[in-house]
Amino acid sequence: MIELRHIRKVFNAGQPNEHVAVDDVNLAIGTGKVTVLRGPSGSGKTTLLTVLGCMARPTSGRILLQDREVTSLPARFLTAIRRKTFGFIFQQYNLIQGISVIENVMLPAYPNGDSLPALKQRAEKLLDLFNLRPKASARVEWLSGGEAQRTAIARALVNDPQVIIADEPTAHLDTKLSRELMEIVKEFKAQGKTIVIASHDPIVHDSPVIDKVVDMRDGRLIHSGAA
Amino acid sequence: MLFTPAIIALFAGSLITSGLLVAAAGYGVQILRHWDLESGSELQLKLERQTYLVSTLVAYAFAFELLSLFLFIYTADNLHTFFVGAMCAAGSLNANPWGYPVIIFRMVNFLLAGLWLIVNYTDNKGYDYPLIRMKYALLLVIAPLIVAETVVQAKYFFGLEPEVITSCCGALFSSQGASVAADIIAFRQGPLELVFGVTMVLLLGLGVFVYRTGRGGYFFAAAAFLAFLVSMASFISFISIYIYELPTHHCPFCVLQREYFFIGYPYFLTLLGGAITGLGVGLLHPYRETRSLKGILPGIQQRLILFSLIFFVSFTAMAVLQIIFSNLTM
Amino acid sequence: MSHIVNKQRNILDFALSSLLRRKGRNLALVTVYTLVVFALASVMFFTQALKKEAALVLGATPELIVQKMVAGRHDLIPLSYIDQIKKIRGVAAVTPRLWGYYYDPLIRANYTLLVNDTYPLPEKTIAVGAGIARVRNAHRGSKINFFAYDGKPVVLQVRGILSEESELLSSDLILISAADFRRLFGIPAGYATDLTVQVRNQKEIATVAAKIQQFLPDTRPILRDEIMRTYEAVFDWRAGIVIVVLLGALLAFLIFAWDKAAGLSAEERREIGILKAIGWETADVLQLKFWEGLSVSLTAFLLGIILAYIHIFLAAAPLFATVIKGWSILYPNFRLTPFVSFSQIAVLFFFTVAPYTVATIIPSWRAATIDPDQVMRT
Repeated sequence: MIELRHIRKVFNAGQPNEHVAVDDVNLAIGTGKVTVLRGPSGSGKTTLLTVLGCMARPTSGRILLQDREVTSLPARFLTAIRRKTFGFIFQQYNLIQGISVIENVMLPAYPNGDSLPALKQRAEKLLDLFNLRPKASARVEWLSGGEAQRTAIARALVNDPQVIIADEPTAHLDTKLSRELMEIVKEFKAQGKTIVIASHDPIVHDSPVIDKVVDMRDGRLIHSGAA
Repeated sequence: MLFTPAIIALFAGSLITSGLLVAAAGYGVQILRHWDLESGSELQLKLERQTYLVSTLVAYAFAFELLSLFLFIYTADNLHTFFVGAMCAAGSLNANPWGYPVIIFRMVNFLLAGLWLIVNYTDNKGYDYPLIRMKYALLLVIAPLIVAETVVQAKYFFGLEPEVITSCCGALFSSQGASVAADIIAFRQGPLELVFGVTMVLLLGLGVFVYRTGRGGYFFAAAAFLAFLVSMASFISFISIYIYELPTHHCPFCVLQREYFFIGYPYFLTLLGGAITGLGVGLLHPYRETRSLKGILPGIQQRLILFSLIFFVSFTAMAVLQIIFSNLTM
Repeated sequence: MSHIVNKQRNILDFALSSLLRRKGRNLALVTVYTLVVFALASVMFFTQALKKEAALVLGATPELIVQKMVAGRHDLIPLSYIDQIKKIRGVAAVTPRLWGYYYDPLIRANYTLLVNDTYPLPEKTIAVGAGIARVRNAHRGSKINFFAYDGKPVVLQVRGILSEESELLSSDLILISAADFRRLFGIPAGYATDLTVQVRNQKEIATVAAKIQQFLPDTRPILRDEIMRTYEAVFDWRAGIVIVVLLGALLAFLIFAWDKAAGLSAEERREIGILKAIGWETADVLQLKFWEGLSVSLTAFLLGIILAYIHIFLAAAPLFATVIKGWSILYPNFRLTPFVSFSQIAVLFFFTVAPYTVATIIPSWRAATIDPDQVMRT
């Protein structure tokens, strides 16, 4: 359970280009549920995702993660919590060019200090799951869009996170791949994971796996309800 | 002024280290003044980012201090040819009044920098930066000391006039004479060996006690510091002669030379390590009740005690083996 | 514990793969870095080796030499002085020496001629240094023509060639008999070039020297220690000058390194952003940067030192020998005894690795503190 209370995030505070990205957001995200943030670009979806995923600290407000207040934690603790609790899937895949698929998948686990062979095994299992095993040692720039997306998903899972956060995951996918992605989301849900997706793609918010849709505009919640 | 590559290097090294620490202290002042963990303001985020920079700066400074401490002794050692009567570093350090203060400054600063890193390590384990004020206050103590070290070292090197007649280590570290060193040596054999033995046993016993109960951290720190001083004195007084296999040679610097297989390095490194870790136990002790460190601090202290004991025991073991296997019989 | 080690290993692993991914850029950095280390290390190895060599040679010279001075210049010393010096308490022995220089117009070089009592030669024979043997194409049994002070020719036969071991000193040396020496230079019997004095107690050398000065005011006693000190100072001073000159190059290198480290490409910024976003912490990225820097530094440092070692000890310092040694026609073709000490390495470290590391701290920190949410904002 993630609870956001009066979250506000301001960029360039006190300067002429001050920008309130998220303003007074209260939101509870249920464990094991799929929640979608919906809204036009610039509505604060992504910023809210970063705050929710402990990636950025809110300017004010509180975040409670399983009833633990995490807002005032220093970055090094927040990062450790984030690494183990959240898996991120980005709009641009954000894979690191020039290294292999399996290395990309293993990267989030490097700071944990697991031994490399054990880590490799874990990554290989994930690659099996997403039919990427034959591409394990291929460099990521040679992958097709779907393969890159699946690599990014495998990477999000390598630390076995409780919560998966996806920012516009279907933006670069065609309809078929988008539906495949929702199938994967369904599987995650079946495994009991919590999923938060920011998207304005109808394929996503019309999908039957969605439990809750939250509408945003200009940094505020305008409507939130069951899908 | 002598103009050798080593002196230029030491000069450059000191300037770099001073620069690092002055910069770190500057950031430290900002942090001390504006720190507010509750705030998510951009200023606070900036300050938190600066804490990383400060840790990095001090860590590098510490490494440089360690290396330059030995380079300094080594250089002083090489300089002895310029001074009539000087046979090793002991003589060249005595060539003007600034030589020995440099060594003292260097040792103190090395100890302090090591302690700072221990505090920093501990602070990073607490989720609310529990030691941040103490940490940066300590930094404000270290920075001027490092600058002073640079100045004193400069005075020493600029004040070196080749061919000044100085005492060699045989004269300086021999029992006639009215110096602290002479007192240490005059005190040698019987009593000091006993004091050394008792100190080490005491330290070991106290270490085991503090390790088990978690009480008496201050006593352990004091004992470790005492052990550090006693070991230094013992080294000059009765351990060195077994290394040189000469009953009259007490110099603490010649052991760092190739002729003695650099045996001095492990001796001094274990002592410095033992002192830093031992003092660290005491420095952290007041924070045992801090909420964010409650579950963590005892573990850190235990590890520090363990390291400190290992260092001192290794020192003692080396000394005992040296005495047993030396060709010198007293 | 294994936890920490594993973590560092993982990060190091990634650091190395990152370096290899940007080969071109890092190669340029390592090349320049290596050159800087190489230049500094060469200077230091060379002067240190020369100092060693000089000390080796001087170790064999007499501890006290007495010269006669006339009008502030070195003159022949009467053998009658020997008895007067012997009277000084503490003097064990006084020996006259005969030595001098001979200019050979044929090869336009100076030879050093020396009468050596421990290596007595029959009249009309000489032993020559390897350098002379080379230029005069001489070997055992060859005859070499000299012209005496009065223009008369003197033919001397080569009896032996001096070993090449300490060629730095014996290269231009000719050992000769006392009689031939006197004939060649017209030195009357009863005079020598200078006197060497042996003193029983090492600690009394300075006192003896002072007494000689007192009894024989027209002489100049020279202590071996003084010569040694002077040599050391001169070599160190020359090395110091060269290093100060090289500091300019070092500075240029540092600016280059700063620029390399600070001018992160957009690609690299994005990469660090990704690392931060997927769960790397600022300290982890700093460690990554530390390992990258260490790998670059170690590679360049080792390469530079090895190259300098080859340059100085195996190739006989072709690049700047003349600057530091002084020059002479009979340039010895010598190899220096390899000698590298901890302090040299430490000094080199402070000249190269330390400034490089410091120059990269701030840029690395800037890179490491990129906000993790940045990759999502763009």
